[in-house]
Amino acid sequence: MTGFRLAKGGLVDRSTALNFQFDGKVFSGLAGDTLASALIANDVHLMGRSFKYHRPRGVISAGSSEPNALVELREGPRKEANTRATMIELYDGLVAKSQNRWPSLDLDVGALNSIVSAMFVAGFYYKTFMWPKSFWEKIYEPIIRKAAGLGVASKEADPDKYEKAYAHCDLMVVGSGPTGLMAALAAARSGARVILADESAALGGSLLNENEEIGGQSGGDWAAGVIAELASMSNVTLMPRTTIFGWYDDNIFGAVERVNDHVLEPSPYEPRQRYWRIMAKRAVMAAGAEERPIVFGGNDVPGVMLAFAMRTYANRYAAAAGKSVVVFTNNNSGYRTARDMKAHGVHVEAIIDSRKESLADASGVRVLRGGMITNVTGGKRVTGVELADHRGISCDAVAMSGGWSPIVNLMYHRGAKPKWDERIAGFVPTNVGEAFVAAGSAAGKMLLSECLADGARAGTLKGKTPAIPKCRDEAFAVTPLWWVKGSAGKAFVDYQNDSTAKDLPLAAQEGYRDIELAKRYTTAGMATDQGKLGNVNAIAILAEATGRTMDQVGTTTFRPYYTPVSFGAIAGPFVGHHFQPVRKTPLHEWAEEQGAVFVETGLWMRSSWFPQKREDWLASASREVLATRERVGLCDVSTLGKIDVQGNDAAEFLNRLYCNTFSTLDVGKARYGLMLREDGIVFDDGTTSRLAADHFLMTTTTANAARVMSHMEFCHQAHWHDLDVQYVSVTEQWAQMAIAGPKARTTLQKIVDGATLDDASFPYLAAKEISILGGMTARLFRISFSGEHAYELAVPADYGNMVARSIMQAGEEFGITPYGIEALSIMRIEKGHVAGGELNGTTTAGDLGLGKMMSSKKDYIGRMMAAREGLMDKNRQSVVGIRPSDARDKIRAGSHLLKKDDAPSMAADQGYISSVAWSPMLNMWLGLALLANGRERHGEVVKIFDGVRNIHMYGVICDPMHYDRENKKLHV
Amino acid sequence: MRINCPHCGTRPVEEFTFNGDASVQRPASNDPKTMDQWFDYVYLRDNPKGRFDEYVHHSSGCRAWLVVTRDTQTHEVFGVVTARDHAKKRVKA
Repeated sequence: MTGFRLAKGGLVDRSTALNFQFDGKVFSGLAGDTLASALIANDVHLMGRSFKYHRPRGVISAGSSEPNALVELREGPRKEANTRATMIELYDGLVAKSQNRWPSLDLDVGALNSIVSAMFVAGFYYKTFMWPKSFWEKIYEPIIRKAAGLGVASKEADPDKYEKAYAHCDLMVVGSGPTGLMAALAAARSGARVILADESAALGGSLLNENEEIGGQSGGDWAAGVIAELASMSNVTLMPRTTIFGWYDDNIFGAVERVNDHVLEPSPYEPRQRYWRIMAKRAVMAAGAEERPIVFGGNDVPGVMLAFAMRTYANRYAAAAGKSVVVFTNNNSGYRTARDMKAHGVHVEAIIDSRKESLADASGVRVLRGGMITNVTGGKRVTGVELADHRGISCDAVAMSGGWSPIVNLMYHRGAKPKWDERIAGFVPTNVGEAFVAAGSAAGKMLLSECLADGARAGTLKGKTPAIPKCRDEAFAVTPLWWVKGSAGKAFVDYQNDSTAKDLPLAAQEGYRDIELAKRYTTAGMATDQGKLGNVNAIAILAEATGRTMDQVGTTTFRPYYTPVSFGAIAGPFVGHHFQPVRKTPLHEWAEEQGAVFVETGLWMRSSWFPQKREDWLASASREVLATRERVGLCDVSTLGKIDVQGNDAAEFLNRLYCNTFSTLDVGKARYGLMLREDGIVFDDGTTSRLAADHFLMTTTTANAARVMSHMEFCHQAHWHDLDVQYVSVTEQWAQMAIAGPKARTTLQKIVDGATLDDASFPYLAAKEISILGGMTARLFRISFSGEHAYELAVPADYGNMVARSIMQAGEEFGITPYGIEALSIMRIEKGHVAGGELNGTTTAGDLGLGKMMSSKKDYIGRMMAAREGLMDKNRQSVVGIRPSDARDKIRAGSHLLKKDDAPSMAADQGYISSVAWSPMLNMWLGLALLANGRERHGEVVKIFDGVRNIHMYGVICDPMHYDRENKKLHV
Repeated sequence: MRINCPHCGTRPVEEFTFNGDASVQRPASNDPKTMDQWFDYVYLRDNPKGRFDEYVHHSSGCRAWLVVTRDTQTHEVFGVVTARDHAKKRVKA
C-alpha cells in the first residue's frame, strides 16, 4: 500500500489518472473514483465545515445519504452548491470547493460558535431572536441569512440544456443490487417491458461494494453477467445515474437522469440532466438498506465513517480510510468491515462491539465486547478513541455501524407509514398496494439469499420464477444501541443540522414530543439529506425520552424529492422564450412598420401606441385620439375572442348564455351582449353578429376568450346537451381591425368591391360578408367602441397585414392614423364604455347601468341569482363618470370616493375610481368610478382620496358618457 | 395522475382542468320559490373524503367535459364518462 491508495483491487482504472482541484490544490485520482474516494486516497478527510458549529467534517457515507461532504462543484455559471462528494464521479479537470468556512477550511472563524455552543441548543432560533422585536428586520434577519445555508449558488445563467422525457413500462425496478437485478431479470425473461434504474454511475448496487459470492462467482462478476443479459434484451431499459425521486398517483415515478454531470462540459447536443416521468404498471422497491451511525461523542470527527462506507472505499475504490482502524458496532456489519480492511492490509486495532455476546467472525481481530466509545480524539482528523472504561486506543479512522434502515422513503410519498420491526431494528414497509412492492433489504430481508429470492419473486409477473443462484450469506444480528450516554463532547444525531443527542430530550421536555414538532424544533432530519442517516436515531432517542415505542413516535412524513433535484431539471427546456409562447396578431408586421410600441396582455403582444418623433405615450395616444375623432384611425382589434356558433339551436344557445336576447336579432345585424356568471355577476361582454339564421359570430373580451369558450362547452355539454349547436374558436383565423372616425366610411368605400356603405344599405350595427380589394371575402361590422362612425373589418388572418396597408393607403388623403390600445382606452372612457376596470368580477349588470339588458322572458345563466336582494340593492356601487372639480387636477385610478366633508375611513367609503384617462377632447383628466347609489348622485361634489400618495381633492360625479352624449358622431 | 378520456385515451392530468362537484344539477325552474335550490346549486358543496364525482375539462385535448369519479384521498379513478352522457343518464334517472 502506497499512501492511502490500496495496491490491488477495486473497480478503478489504474491506467487512467485524473487531475482535479479541491480548494485550489491539485490532486490526482483514478477513473472510477468519486470525488470522496479520490480525496480519501489522497488522505484528505476534512471536506467541509458543519452548519451551526462549523466543526471540521469528513465523509460519513459512500452514497446519496451523505450529510457532511457537501461541496461547491464546478465554477462560474456551472457552479452547483451542496453537491455530495460521494456522488460526484471524478473527471479530469474537476474543480470543487469546500463550503461554510471563512477564511479557509483549515482555519474557520465560525468555529467559535462551538465554544459558545450552549447558546445553540434546540429551538435556538426561536429563543434567541424573539426580542427586542425591533431588532428582527434590521439586525437578526440579515445575520441569520448570511450565516444560514451552506454553499453559494451561481448568480449567472446556467448555460446547459435540460430535457423532459416520458417512459412507460410493465415493471420498473428501483435499485440494481442483488434484489433489483433478480427482479429485472425475472420480468425481462418473461418479455415484460422493464426499466432498471439506479442512482449510481454503475449498476450492481451493493455487489460492487461488498465481497460476495453468488453462483460460484464473485458478486461483481455475477452482477456483470446479469447486466449483460439485460442489456442485450430489447424490452429492457437500463438507467444508471438515475435517481427515482418520487412516487405519484397512478404509479407514476419521477426521476432525474444525470446525463452529463460526470464530464467537464456536456456536448452541445446533449442535456446535462433529463427529468423523467415514468409510468409503471408495477414497480419494485429494491433500493436496499442504509447503514446508521451510532450517536457517541466525537462521532463527527473526520475519519469517523460508516462501516459499510469504509469497506466500500476499500473494496470498490481501493482507497483506505486510514492505516489503523477501530470499529464500533452493534451488529455484524462492523465485523465485515474489519475482515475486509484486514484483507486489504489495513491494520484493525479492535472491534468495539456494544453487545455482550456475538457469534460474528472477527478473523483474529481483537473484539472488546460490551464496549462503548465515549469520545473520539483529534480535531481535523481522528487520532484515537476513548472507551467507557477509560481505556484509550490510538487510530486514524473509526468505522461505525448502528444497524440498518431499509430505504423505504419512496413507498411513503403517498401517505402511508412504515412500521417498526424489532428483529432487524428498522422501519420496514407496510403494504402500499400491488403496484409498488418492496423486496430484498428494502423490505427488511437482510440476507443475500433472501434478497435474490425476494427479488425474483417480486419481478415475476407471469410464468416461472427464474432459478435462484446459490450464494454465501453473512449472518445478520443486531442489538440496538442508539446513544452512548456517557459520551464526552458532542454526540451528533443529525450531522447536517448539527443536532445533538441532548437536543431531542430537551425538545420533548419543552413540549415538542410529536416527532414532526421535534424535527422542526431541533432541525434534526431537515436540510438536503432529509435525515437519511439520522432520523431513526432521533426517533429512538425521542422515544426513550418520552417513554414511548418506536411505532408510537413514528416517522416524520416522507416527501419527494428523495435527493435534491436541480431547478434546471425541473424547468427543463422551458426557459427564456420557451417559458411561454408569444402571441402576435395577424397585424403585427403592419404595426411594426408603423412604429408601434407593444405591450404584453396575457400572451398577446398588442400595439399600444404609435409614437412619432420623440412623443411620449400620452402625447402619442392623444394625437391618435384627435386624429381618429377628427379624421380617421385604424386599430388592430384581432385579439378579441371570436367564436363561430352554428346550428339549428344557435340562437337559443346564445339566449341562454347572454342575459339579453339574440333570437330576435335580424340576419345581417350585430348586437352588444352581456354574459353573467351563474351567481349573477357580470362575466363578459362583446358584440355578436348574425350571419345567417343558424350562424352567429360571437366576440369576447381579449382576456376572457378562453374562459368563455370553456364556459360554452360546459353549459352545452353539462346542462343543455340536447341543443343542436356547434361552436369553435376562430380567434386565430381572422385579422380584425377597427376603422373609426368621420372619414371611416369614405376610406373603406375605396377598398370595398361593388357595395356602397351608405346608411340605407349598411346602417349602424350592420354585419355582413362583403368583398374587398377585388375579390377577397371579408366581414364588415358597423360597430363602435370609440363612439365614432366606425367599422370593424375582419379578413382571413394571412391577409391582415396586406389589408391594413391597403386601408392606410386608401385613407392617406384623409390623414389616416394608426391608433393603439392606449388611444382606444381613452376613447372608451370618454364614451363611458365599461371595460376591465368595471367588469371586475364584483359588478352586476345593474351596477354597470346595463340592468335593462336582463331579459325576463327567458332562462339564462345567472338570471336567478342576479335577482337576489343584495344584487338589486340601490345602494350598490354603480358606474358613474367623475371629473376633478379643478380641471387642472389629475385624478388617479384606485382613489377612494368620500362624501364631501367626510374624513377617510372604511366606514365612510363611498366607492372608488375604476378607470381614468387624459381626455384630449375635453382637455382634462376624467374617469369612471363605482359609487354607492351612483346613478342618483350626478352633479354631487365628492372628496377624492388617494391614500397611497396621500392626495385629497374634490371631484364632480357625472354621467359616465363624458363625450358626445347624444351619440351624434356614431352617425356622421 | 392520469385520466382515461373516453375520446382520447389515458392522458396526463396536466391536459385537464378541474371544475368541482358534478353531483349538483342546475335547477330547471326560474320560479322565485326555487331560490333555495339555486343557492344549493351555486354555492353549497360537499367536500367528501373518498368517492367523488367531479367535472373535468379535457381543455388541452378534445375539449370534452367529463365526469371523473375518483377517490379524493387516494386519487384512484373509478370511472370516466362524458358530461353529456352523465347528463343524459341523470335525465333518465
